[in-house]
Amino acid sequence: MSQIVLQTKGIVKNFPGVRALDGVDIEIMQGEVHAIVGENGAGKTTLMMILAGAYHPDEGEIYLRGEKVVFNSSIEASKKGIGIVHQELSLVPNLSVAENIFANRQPIKALGIIDLKKLRVNTLETLSLFGINSIDPDCLVKNLSIANQQLVEILKAISTEPKLLILDEPTSSLTDAEVKQLFKNIRILKNRGISFIYISHHLNEIFEIADNVTILRDGRVVANAKLADVNEEYLITNMVGREIKSIYGKREIDAEIGNIFFEAKSIRKKGVFEDVSFYVRKGEIVGFSGLVGAGRTDVGRSIFGADPIDNGELYLNEKKIKIDAPKQAIEYGIGYMTEDRKVQGLYLAFDVKSNLIANRLKDFTSFGFLNEKKIDDNAYACVEEFCVVTPSPDQIISKLSGGNQQKVLLSMWFSIKPKLFIADEPTKGVDIGAKSDIYNLLRQLAKTGVAVIVISSDLLEILGISDRIYVMKEGRIVGELNNKEANEEKVISLATGVEYNSKECQ
Amino acid sequence: MNFIKHMARLREFMILCIVIGVILTMSFASPHFLTSRNLIALMLGLSIETIIAVGMTNLMVSGGFDMSVGSITAFIGAATAMMVTFDIPVFSAVILGLCIGAFIGMLNGLVVAKLGINAFVTTLSSLSLFRGLTLIVSGGRNISGLPESFEVIGQSSLLGIQMPIWYAVFLVIAGDMMLRKARFFRQNYYIGGNEKAARLSGISVDKIKIINYVLTGLFAGFAGIVMTSRLGSASMTAGIGLELRVITAVIIGGASLGGGEGTVIGTFLGSVLMALIVNALTLFGVDVYWQTFVIGGTLLIAVVIDRLGKIRREKKNLASGRGIK
Repeated sequence: MSQIVLQTKGIVKNFPGVRALDGVDIEIMQGEVHAIVGENGAGKTTLMMILAGAYHPDEGEIYLRGEKVVFNSSIEASKKGIGIVHQELSLVPNLSVAENIFANRQPIKALGIIDLKKLRVNTLETLSLFGINSIDPDCLVKNLSIANQQLVEILKAISTEPKLLILDEPTSSLTDAEVKQLFKNIRILKNRGISFIYISHHLNEIFEIADNVTILRDGRVVANAKLADVNEEYLITNMVGREIKSIYGKREIDAEIGNIFFEAKSIRKKGVFEDVSFYVRKGEIVGFSGLVGAGRTDVGRSIFGADPIDNGELYLNEKKIKIDAPKQAIEYGIGYMTEDRKVQGLYLAFDVKSNLIANRLKDFTSFGFLNEKKIDDNAYACVEEFCVVTPSPDQIISKLSGGNQQKVLLSMWFSIKPKLFIADEPTKGVDIGAKSDIYNLLRQLAKTGVAVIVISSDLLEILGISDRIYVMKEGRIVGELNNKEANEEKVISLATGVEYNSKECQ
Repeated sequence: MNFIKHMARLREFMILCIVIGVILTMSFASPHFLTSRNLIALMLGLSIETIIAVGMTNLMVSGGFDMSVGSITAFIGAATAMMVTFDIPVFSAVILGLCIGAFIGMLNGLVVAKLGINAFVTTLSSLSLFRGLTLIVSGGRNISGLPESFEVIGQSSLLGIQMPIWYAVFLVIAGDMMLRKARFFRQNYYIGGNEKAARLSGISVDKIKIINYVLTGLFAGFAGIVMTSRLGSASMTAGIGLELRVITAVIIGGASLGGGEGTVIGTFLGSVLMALIVNALTLFGVDVYWQTFVIGGTLLIAVVIDRLGKIRREKKNLASGRGIK
């Protein structure tokens, strides 16, 4: 019988006007991976912040191996053996991998000088623990891929030898192959008796890696189960409190795919992608899959004119066009919804209605001056049409949940009435309810004859929504699959260039 | 874009209250304060920096920054004065002067927008370059003996109020309206709010940035011409430290170095507040050395209040359970 590592009893946390956690009891056993799921706002993050010592609970107790503990800071929690890897990376880009992993705990020589040799050796040890030999300890973090940065972040947390490691959306920027690698590493650590709390929106990951699950809704534990005993529907129903059937939706029989609308012929961007040719038909949803860094996003950005192509030809309705700037692309009826809504998509300090008009100010102008009434009317219409949950269109957008922010971004781009719509990671970091809404909206858009490109790292999303899939690898298109022949194995083996066997990790 | 108005109005309202408070206090405290002579003198003293501040607000809303306005003011003042003394007709000399100001702004803008060099560093170079050029061109001597037809620009009056005040008031009103309402200028809020997103929204970021610097240069040049005309000579030390006063006013008025916020009216009130404080200190016979110190304190208090407000908002945000995801 394994031992309980961590137990909470009746945790309550109030924020002014909101009860974020309302009597939460959880139990984590030694050497288990315990998933915590729930929609955004269910209280997962608040709970993790309390466990990691960043927040203080208003009521309730935390027991660590049977002993009652009170954390006054995250340093105390870390000393007691609770580590946390946040969703957002906290690495110093200009320092080396070694210095990041051992930040503040570098081995020193006399006079407090950092013992670089030892630092390197320690880092190599940590890396070899995971069988990683592709990362050089002296490499600057900013030169690593996002996936490897994520790995460094996890190694940093593990190097403090925690008993319990909290992983908050660790795979949000990883590709499937990298996720497999991460899971392999988690299993190694688990077998050494380290416990994990695993937070993710990706239910398939949870089924793959976790032993038990706790489901939170509105600050309460609504269910607790062994994953072997339950299925995906059970989780979703408990998370959202209602039933959602097939979140990706289905192509309706009467929705026809028309002629080729957009075509790229041998386009090239030096050092990024080469000889990329593809086409999209009217009313068709085309998926772009591949590992992070394979050039999917770069292709999307370049046909939108954000980083214009160096060579090659673009055709719109069989007419050759040239796109040097997003402004031109928008005039041609091309919309591009960025993968990074916070950094490149939204104006976080601005209100909802100002965001909604950013890409078509001209439509709200009479005689050079903006028309406030038109702006307001537009905002009300968009909020209604896209089911954006916001107290009013005057709300500052950073206060909305991720899913609602994404809907605003989607609405902003739908409103230019695109004829070709490129959605880059359209559901990154949004919860299941919003995901299902977004897929539905994309399908609706395609139904009206718009050519849609979906770029995504989420394999299930690509398989679920696309009529046709292009797979990219190292800046080239390495395969094209239609939705009847496509499956996970085929896409992964094309993306990685190796024969993939799904049992490899078990 | 109600929130911009809303937030800025809050800030403007706050400064307005302080300004009124200071005026009331002063009018009780000193019989010399609420006289038209003192108030007109105060406004006249403000007019030059206000003209520049209108351009600077527009620039800073877009996230830009210009350290070189004081030097441009001096350089254009000197250059125009020299052209006039070389018997170039006043009208042509003024137009030429304005063009050179705009051209200098364009150089700043090109370096910042096209080469991506930091605005502070770029305009810091221009600050030295054009202060130096002013000295070189004039041989270090003040340029005086300007014809009356030139002096009329800054020394004549309309309805008993000097022209520089009229210029400043006109530019503040027009500038405020343009920045609030005109599509072209409102794009600056988007650029300042999130430059990457603005690019992807199809806004011609580089072009607008350059135009902002052109306008800043143009306004600084105009201020230089007005100042030279009013003083009747181009002084080599004119406009030293002017950039800091202008930027201070813009920030007190509600803009931030990050961009995306600020209004011309706010900036104007910021300027008035600083001038009032200096005026009050003078009337009370406080040593002039205290003036700079007090201005520094005012700026610090303004930004601290702003920051505290933001922290409070963020906390509220957190409390709603939405900010932490």
